[in-house]
Amino acid sequence: MVANFDKPDTDVGAVLTTVDGTPLKQALARAMRRARINAFLLVVPLLLFVVVTFAVPIGQMLYLSINNPVFSDHMPRVTAYLKAHPDVGVPGEDGFEALALDLADAKKNRTIGRIGTRVNYDRAGSTSLFKSGARKATKFKGPPYKEQFLSHRKDWSEPYLWNVMRRASQAHTLNFYAAALDFTHDAGGELVRVEPERRIYVMLYLRTFLLSALIAGLCLLLGFPVAHLLATLPLRHSNLLMIFVLLPFWTSLLVRTTSWISLLQSQGVLNDLLVAIGIVGDDGRVQMMYNQYGTIIAMTHILLPFMILPLYSVMKTIPPSYMRAARSLGATPITAFIKVYFPQTVPGIGAGTLLVFILAIGYYITPALVGGSSGELISNQIAFHMQKSLNWSLAAALGALLLFGVLGLFWLYDRLIGVDNMKFG
Amino acid sequence: MKTLRILASTVLAVGISLSAASAGAGEITVVSWGGAYGMSQVEAYYKPWMAKTGHKIKSVDAPNPATPIKAQVTAGNVSMDVADIEYSDAVRYCDEGLLETIDATQLPPAPDGTPAVEDFIEGALTDCAVANIVWSTIFAYDASKISGAKPTTMADFFDTKKFPGKRGLRKGAKPNLEMALMADGVPAGDVYKLLGTEDGVKRAFAKLDTIKKDIVWWEAGAQAPQLLADGEVAMTTAYNGRIFNAAAKENKPFVVVWDGQILDFDLYVIPKGAPNKALAFEFIKFATDTQRLADQAKYIAYGPARKSSAPLVGMYQDGKIKMAPHMPTAPENMKNALVNNFEFWADHDSELNERFNAWVVAN
Repeated sequence: MVANFDKPDTDVGAVLTTVDGTPLKQALARAMRRARINAFLLVVPLLLFVVVTFAVPIGQMLYLSINNPVFSDHMPRVTAYLKAHPDVGVPGEDGFEALALDLADAKKNRTIGRIGTRVNYDRAGSTSLFKSGARKATKFKGPPYKEQFLSHRKDWSEPYLWNVMRRASQAHTLNFYAAALDFTHDAGGELVRVEPERRIYVMLYLRTFLLSALIAGLCLLLGFPVAHLLATLPLRHSNLLMIFVLLPFWTSLLVRTTSWISLLQSQGVLNDLLVAIGIVGDDGRVQMMYNQYGTIIAMTHILLPFMILPLYSVMKTIPPSYMRAARSLGATPITAFIKVYFPQTVPGIGAGTLLVFILAIGYYITPALVGGSSGELISNQIAFHMQKSLNWSLAAALGALLLFGVLGLFWLYDRLIGVDNMKFG
Repeated sequence: MKTLRILASTVLAVGISLSAASAGAGEITVVSWGGAYGMSQVEAYYKPWMAKTGHKIKSVDAPNPATPIKAQVTAGNVSMDVADIEYSDAVRYCDEGLLETIDATQLPPAPDGTPAVEDFIEGALTDCAVANIVWSTIFAYDASKISGAKPTTMADFFDTKKFPGKRGLRKGAKPNLEMALMADGVPAGDVYKLLGTEDGVKRAFAKLDTIKKDIVWWEAGAQAPQLLADGEVAMTTAYNGRIFNAAAKENKPFVVVWDGQILDFDLYVIPKGAPNKALAFEFIKFATDTQRLADQAKYIAYGPARKSSAPLVGMYQDGKIKMAPHMPTAPENMKNALVNNFEFWADHDSELNERFNAWVVAN
């Protein structure tokens, strides 16, 4: 074959090709694809990071809140029995045989404590009942099992105990959500509210949302003028002011919280000052912390920069000439502010308020240190079940409800104001 | 439990596990309570052991060393070798299979040849744990702040009319409910029987109600003497050793009231799957021998868990204070004392703490 060197490249109707002869369209597509892959490869580390450290743990937490297989894993025979006999309250000999064999195994495998603890969530006194029952069960020579169990402790024929075991044997359960909303099951297995002196979570959710809203409001009230000042002052003054905003922002949360302790405590700086200038007597010192005030004051201060910074960046983009134009057209300063300036800051207000509110909902170190009992928030209970009672399923259910609450509010915000209308800077 | 793995390790990432990251050969990680107590262990156990064997100890402090054990063992990522934990936790974790078993017959005998199993005081050895100290929750006050009559009984602690001022209490059902009942006149022997009943629990909370508005909660052991030193509270419950140290070392005018004290053990355990199990047990053997337990009393007022250590307890490290009268187990301190009932707490821990939490946050 002889190459036709006479044929012009720009022959009408011919396909455009690159130097090496591939059609231009195809080459372009390939180049674009390569660029897209490159771009994707660049974000892969972040994507993996987010999936591993954020999406997976949250997914696992959500799963944990509806899945607690301790009982069904370690008491397989009783679980199978209860499944096969859905209507039986206190079982007969066959159920107790399953119980005896399971308990003996659990004793051998040293899992009896876990089972006892699981049942103990719903029925106090079960830990020792299961432990001593398992010790007994390893010594049973054979049937009749029911009789031997009852001679050990009468509790074994208690309908409520079997009720609790039935619920515990369901690995997938919504019971932890019920508990997280102050509901429990009565002796008949009906869902009822817990006694008034045990109700805690619903009240704490309400308190958490109300205090967070209050703190976001306070931050807005305090932060708006500061951000305005920062945005309008000449640069060399505003830079200095900005340092005052950023310095606390860069300081550790614990350091800031503990400095509030030394300021607010009843033998602290503020109270000493009040006593020194004679506003209060030495025995009338004001209780400013270990209560709700402590939580509100410390959290407002700690979260203030999260309000000021988005507000500042939005205000910075509002040309001063707008206000001047409004004034020259006859508006009073107040009208000009309300009609011209304020509407333009709304995206910043939305961003700042939402940021502060959502951060406040998850706070627990600050309320734990300065909040006393009336300043405690729902996250303190989550931490309690995570670290002390070790009831992780309940902790997960409490956390999941908090997450759903925040998502719900976010949805509401989107409907009312619109997320697009939000500017972080 | 693979599903829990990432969750648990994420939760712990900011906690103990990072600071106690993997210990190499010849190094063990020991988690304890910090403060004056942690210091006494460093002086009496860690330093002599390191000098004698050449191994290293990485000392980690936690508000409660039992807390990270479950998370670490469940997550299959155990970074600590030895933990110093309370009795009820030691028993519960042992039953849950979270701890290695310890063969107490391997522990060194007393100097006179008495085997360890007989030398340790009753209850100090369990399947998974070896006690090192007997400690106590007492209440204390600052003598310079209370003029006139001084508090002498648990009832005085709950009497804000006679002794006005704030009260510091550990945040948790244990041992406040016991103390409330004793202050209400219940003899030590009946406390747990009564607490097992609804009436008893109601009575305890009713007693706590009388001081509720004056309570300042503390959580870490070091906070209690701090609250007292700052004048934040007029009296506080505390671990007796912490108060002793503040008084002996920092010359604080703190006075311990022994009436209604609640005794407990602290025990050494090895979490299941500890990276240096064998070395960890070597350390426990060394730390809980007769001399070491007696030495610890030089630094803090906690009683040794071995009978043979008691006669060896001498002076405080300054050489001036005789330690014996400051031990929780001294006969004159034991007149009205309650021994913590771990079995009761294993059964009622979640129920009473739930109720306690609800009581705390209710206005």
